[in-house]
Amino acid sequence: MEYSLDEVMETVRMTLYHNFDIRTVTLGINLKDCIDTDIEIFKSNVYDKVTEYGKRLVYEAGKIEDKYGVPIINKRISVTPVSLIVESCKEDAPLEIAKILDRAARDANIDFIGGYGALVQKGMTRSDSRLIDSLPEMLSSTERVCAFLNVGSTVSGMNMDAIIKLGNILKDIASRTDNGIGCTKFAVFSNAPEDNPFMAGAFHGIGEPDFSLNIGISGPGVVRSVVEKNRECDLTALSEVIKRTAFKITRAGELIGRELASNMEVPFGIVDISLASTNKVGDSVAGIVEMMGIERIGAPGSTAALALLIDAVKKGGAMASGNVGGLSGTFIPVSEDSGMNEAVRSGALSIEKLEALTAVCSVGLDMIAIPGDTPAETISAIIADELSIGVVNGKTTGVRLIPVPGKIAGDYVNFGGLLGETYVMDISKFSSRDFILRGGRMPAPITSMRN
Amino acid sequence: MPKDLVFITVIGKDQKGIIARISNAVFKHNINIEDLNQKVMDGYFVMTMLADMADSRASIGDIKKEFAEIEKQMDLKIQVQHENIFKAMHRV
Repeated sequence: MEYSLDEVMETVRMTLYHNFDIRTVTLGINLKDCIDTDIEIFKSNVYDKVTEYGKRLVYEAGKIEDKYGVPIINKRISVTPVSLIVESCKEDAPLEIAKILDRAARDANIDFIGGYGALVQKGMTRSDSRLIDSLPEMLSSTERVCAFLNVGSTVSGMNMDAIIKLGNILKDIASRTDNGIGCTKFAVFSNAPEDNPFMAGAFHGIGEPDFSLNIGISGPGVVRSVVEKNRECDLTALSEVIKRTAFKITRAGELIGRELASNMEVPFGIVDISLASTNKVGDSVAGIVEMMGIERIGAPGSTAALALLIDAVKKGGAMASGNVGGLSGTFIPVSEDSGMNEAVRSGALSIEKLEALTAVCSVGLDMIAIPGDTPAETISAIIADELSIGVVNGKTTGVRLIPVPGKIAGDYVNFGGLLGETYVMDISKFSSRDFILRGGRMPAPITSMRN
Repeated sequence: MPKDLVFITVIGKDQKGIIARISNAVFKHNINIEDLNQKVMDGYFVMTMLADMADSRASIGDIKKEFAEIEKQMDLKIQVQHENIFKAMHRV
């Protein structure tokens, strides 16, 4: 046999016992060619294009799943940022398009469709502004549409006027949905990648071709198990074994992504090598860090451990595929990762330490429940803090906060399914109001003098 | 005709008839066994069978349905995966 029993079993074990899966296949679709000044024709064009390709995506992904025995958990679609395609339409066009995207996704059996958003890092057009204002209504009246905003970048700085709006908008979204769950479908970014396959922030960027098939692999369980097998080795050796594992799972992801794109006759885009946790036992990024020797994530040493982990994953991934892209970091969502959640519950992990962790990993303050009475300006300030880490360091950072109505720090919230459950985090009581309300634009950072 | 190779992996408690049942199912679908390997690993019976599906009309999905029954009756885990994934992961 060309392969040893150990090699075959390594692959089989990853899928059977360590939750190795393709977290998402996300087809990016350009909707610019659907634009029409007659909104009914426009909607019909969007519906036809999204359902046709959505159905094909679900069908072809099912066949590949069978062929390789690797589950493909989510089949998703991202589209051209909606604010761009409704520029010439009437006031209520963004909502009309959101509703048709929602219906198309449901009819094609696509669980989430991303791209309801705008790139406003330097300023807002009239269309951007009305789209932002429509977010509370959109997120409370649709089921599957995800929203994003890019409000900062390393070359443009940070749009503080947009960030002021977001504090109130997040509270409004939260107040209209059970447990504030509408906020889980909205991510705000700095340096948002145009080919990210993960929700809520996926959109089909303006530099992309007509279609692009992007794939997000996931293997916290696989990485955790190799760390578990290497309890005694030093950190140099540990980095090496993580690197090798990342190489293997990225190769599998690339194979599946390329074949799926080829079967659909669309260009293959990127493999996103992010470690993305789930609430399944063992499938936790916190679990990897704790297996490395940190008692609870959040304890001193956590930032260094996470830095080593993501560096090794990137090195292995970059060797395995020339198409690594998207976010490609390590996700540390709180509610979606049982280990992170436990760290919050036990007091090991504060929002300030989470912010520090995001300086070395992707992708930001993710799925964090905060008290419902947090002032809007404080929410804006948390967003500004997190995004400035991305802007200054030339990396992507994002924020997905849920100000849960009626809940205070320490309360338990259950969002259901993959979104998970969590405890409301404590937020500083000191005010940032006067700073935030100054507004304006934070200038782009100097890129020399890197200390 | 080029080969269309799949790995059929069986994990479970050692018992009579495992290889017989699997081989029978494979034969029924006109699938050729190219190689077979078995041993006890960590207290479990482990078998990997490399099989060529080029002459078969069945899809991997069909074979999996067939194996689902054996899995249930004999309390085994049976995985069917196309060879390409092993090549991608273990060969540069």
